Formats: sequence, C-alpha cells, structure tokens
Amino acid sequence: MKTFYWLVKRELWEHRGGFFWTPVIIGGIFLLLNLMGIITGEVLGGSTRFNIAFGGEGNNMRLLTRNLDQQSMTAVGAGLDMAMYSPTIIIGMVLGFVVFFYCLGALYDDRRDRSLLFWKSLPVSDTATVLSKVVAATVVAPAIAVVVGTLTGIAMLLMFALALSFHGVSVWHLLTLSHPLQVIANLIGSIPLYLLWALPSIGWLMLCSAWARSKPFLWAVALPVAVGIVLGWFNLLGTITLQNSWYWREVLLRILFSVFPGGWYAKIPHVGGNNPAELLSSVGVMHSYAVLGSVNLWVGVATAIAMLAGAIWFRRWRDDT
Amino acid sequence: MTAVVTATHLSKRYRHSVALDDVSFTIEPGRIVGLIGPNGAGKTTALKAILGLTTFDGELSVLGLDPRRQRGKLMEQVCFIADVAVLPRWIRVREAVDFVAHVHPRFDRKKCEAFLARTKLKPEQRVKQMSKGMIVQLHLALVMAIDARLLVLDEPTLGLDILYRKQFYQNLLEDYFDENKTIIVTTHQVEEVEHILTDLMFIRDGKIVLDADMDAVGERFAEVLVDAPQADAARALKPLDERTVFGKSIFLFDGIDHAQLEALGEVRRPSVSDLFVATMKGTYA
Repeated sequence: MKTFYWLVKRELWEHRGGFFWTPVIIGGIFLLLNLMGIITGEVLGGSTRFNIAFGGEGNNMRLLTRNLDQQSMTAVGAGLDMAMYSPTIIIGMVLGFVVFFYCLGALYDDRRDRSLLFWKSLPVSDTATVLSKVVAATVVAPAIAVVVGTLTGIAMLLMFALALSFHGVSVWHLLTLSHPLQVIANLIGSIPLYLLWALPSIGWLMLCSAWARSKPFLWAVALPVAVGIVLGWFNLLGTITLQNSWYWREVLLRILFSVFPGGWYAKIPHVGGNNPAELLSSVGVMHSYAVLGSVNLWVGVATAIAMLAGAIWFRRWRDDT
Repeated sequence: MTAVVTATHLSKRYRHSVALDDVSFTIEPGRIVGLIGPNGAGKTTALKAILGLTTFDGELSVLGLDPRRQRGKLMEQVCFIADVAVLPRWIRVREAVDFVAHVHPRFDRKKCEAFLARTKLKPEQRVKQMSKGMIVQLHLALVMAIDARLLVLDEPTLGLDILYRKQFYQNLLEDYFDENKTIIVTTHQVEEVEHILTDLMFIRDGKIVLDADMDAVGERFAEVLVDAPQADAARALKPLDERTVFGKSIFLFDGIDHAQLEALGEVRRPSVSDLFVATMKGTYA
C-alpha cells in the first residue's frame, strides 16, 4: 500500500505540469478573462453613463433582488450554480487531452529514454506500476481538476459579488441562492463515474503505450480508424451486416475519446429540461449514476480490464531497451 | 554457501541472431566477476536474463529464485546500474531518494545521504541538469545504500571521464563490497577493472570462452618476451598470440608450464586486455 502511494506520487512528480499546473493556469486565465469583462463593463458603463445592469436607483439588478418570486429565485440560483460549474467544464475538457496523452506516454516514454531500466531495478511489480498510472489518470488528475475548477468557480462568484456590491447591490443575498456544496458534491461524485467511463480509453491507450515499439499515438489512432474503414468497405460490399455507425460510436469513440468527461450523458435518458434548474438537476450526480445500469458501461469496463492486463504483460516482457 | 547465480543450458534467440548459445556457469558469493566480450557477444542479454528482464530457454537460478517468475522478490536482493544515464531526466535528487526509500525495504537513507554529501549534488537538482558523471554519482549513492546481495553493472562507466571512473570503482570497493556481496560487471574499459576482479568470464558469439578466477588465469596464461633467435622455438609451443615490440616478440601462451617458458625469456602475467584481444581475434572479421 505504501509502495502504491509512492508510485502514484511519482506520477504526480513527473506530470506536475499536466495534472496540476494546466488546470491552475486555465483557472487563472478564466478568472482573468472574467475580471477583464467586469472592468470592461465598469468602464463602458461609466464612460457612456449607460448602465447595462447595475448602478442607479431603478436598475434591474436591484429590482431582481427585491422582487424575486420563488421561480425566478430558483432560476437565479441555477444560473449561479452553472457559472460555478463552468470553469470545471472547461478544465475538464482540457483534462481529457492531458489524460489522453498521459496514457499514451505512460508506458512508452520510459522505454524510449531507457529510464525503464531504473524503475525495473526496484522491487515493484509491473501490475502495481501500471495500476498506479491508471489511478493517477482516473482519480488523481480529475480530483485536482475538480478542486481547481471549484475554487475558480467560487472565486469567480465572489469576484462578481464584489463588483456588484460596489453598486450597492446586496449580492451576498443573491449568492445564498446558489448551492456551492451541491456543486462540489456533484463534481466530486462524478469522479468514480469518470473512472468507469474512461477505463476503455485508458486501457486501450495504455495497451498501445506498452506495446508499440515506436509512435504509440499513430498506432492508437490509426488502428481503430483503419478497422472502421475496412468495416465500412465490407458494409458497402454488403458482405457483413454489422452496423458501421455502431462501430464508430460504441468502439472507436469509447476507446479513444472516453477520457473526456461527461460522455456518459449520451447513455442517460432525459437529459435536459425547460429551465436551467431542471437542466442542472438532470445532469446532477444522482441522476447521472443511472448510467451504471447500462450494459454498455460494464462491457467497456470488462474490456478495459482485459486491455490493462495486456498492458501489464507487455510491461513485464517487452524487451527493447 | 550456495552459488549466487547458477545457469544451466541458458539460450536466448532473437529473430536474426543467437545471443546466448547453451551457456552454463555459476557465480559464487563474495566475488567480483568481469563479464567481458565484444559488442553483440551476449553480455547484456545474459545480464537481462539474470535480472528477469527477458525470456530465455534453459534453467537459471539467481539467489535461489527464478528471475522469470519471482522478479519482484528477486529485486529486493539485486541491484543494477544499466549503462549510464538511465535515471529519469525529470527527477530531483530529493525525489529519487524519497522514492527509493519508500519502495525499497533494504534501503538505508542515512547511508545514501552520507554518500551524497560527498558529492556536489543538491537536493533540488534535477537529473537533466547534471553531467553524466554526476548522474552516475547519484545512481551509485542510491544503489550503495541498498543492502543487496547481488549488484549487476552493465557498462557503468561508459562515457565518464577518468576521474569519475576511478572514483566509481574506488567507492564500490571501499564502501560497498564485502564477502556477502557479489558484483557482476561488464565493461569495455578492461584496464580499469582488472585489478578489482576476482573472476573473469569471456563471452563470444553467445558462448563462454573463458571462465576462471584471476589466480587460475595467472597460472594458465603467460606472456613471454622472447629475443628474435628464440622466436621459432616459442612459435613451436603454439602461442595464442604474437606481437612485436622494440624488436622483441611477445608471445601469449595458454597452459604451458611456466618453467619451460622461462627458458625462452622473461615471463609476465598477461594483462586482461591483451588476453581479451588474443582470445577474441577475428571476432569482427
């Protein structure tokens, strides 16, 4: 257990840039852009004496806080929650890229620079090594993304609140309409879901990473695409009845792009709603766990375990240093 | 005591070549064995087999374990430095020490830090900022702090300057080696290791062509400086090799009685490199 902890920690050391600094920098840019937006609003509003939203006696913002009925209060709360999700969503998309390339390099880079020989000189099993990399990709990286994303979201809300309070709007009251804890719970709650959902991609990419003698990216992408083209060709000839679109959607997409969070929503019925609050609750963690009931997910997990076993085998026996 | 390494009918075939051809040997504890051979002779393959890094045919027992099946357990007792510069370039000195300290049950952190204190390495320094010599110092400090029974060195000083090379072997001898430890080393810089070796193993085309301890080597092989008139008499004894230096012929003999040789001229113990060159004659032809 102690060994495993240090193995994961080693991954963090090596990929501090991708796992930690990338979300931090994106969060920072996000805040900066918002700050620039606020300042633009202030300056334009001040110079043209035209108040877009706030300032003055009868501005709509103050009206909002004063006269909100129950339904609008929910809508405002949902809007705030959504604003809080937004940095995490953007960081999550970038996380997909980070995890994708991390997995491709995880079992390849140290073979290429021969540092594999150092790692292999230590009493650590190849199973533990591979699994530590899986954990780094599916638990540690998303956890950091969620923490940074949430902090950015909260910072953003506070920034807006502060800006509004200069105009005498009691936004603290407005902020109480949002549900930060619920947002955090939803985001953290979806990490296990991400693990299960991303596994087929992680498994495939790591298998290529452990197997390829060179250019793992090319193999990982070109191979499934080539299979898809061949299938399509057979389809054209009418020799097989396999649905071509099924292959692209359920195989190719799953083994290459499941590292991007949120793909599971495609497997859940009734995502959406007539207003922001309904939409939010439909993508909430309580609802999204419905995907655990889909066979697709579990077939993916089982396939992933087989591919990871393959990756471990190649890690043990691939001899090209 | 039982042998550290026992190999019986060890073979390894690659697609286009034979790296090890039905090799058998044993290595006893407390020895420093030089495994010496030309490029592509199978040295590294032999070491990889011992370390469980490759598949092979035949039987191989290292510290009583099968390196194919019990690698994890084996590596608690075996250390290796494979070539220079296999430490990951991103790692810091502090991180490397931390990591090994926590995953290796036989690592002595204090020892390692004491070794590091003798170098110019800084805890925050990354491997990519170090010279080759410094990387080896770090690697050696890590390895010497591990109480292992077998140390495998594959070209550990390749590309280092002479100061680092001398220091490397000096450290190994003074601070690491004892009768409970065994070292296997491959190198092309034969001159630098021949004084520390206790055993010599020549490997050529996947076969072991010489396997003897240094005392036996001294008894078996002899180099004789012969004046020109006696050269023909010397040639009659079928020397392994003959070369001419300053008008004198130097003959290398295998298994000829030393008393008989002394009649021909001055008898000396051949250097390992001369022995090596004579044994490997025609390898690349």
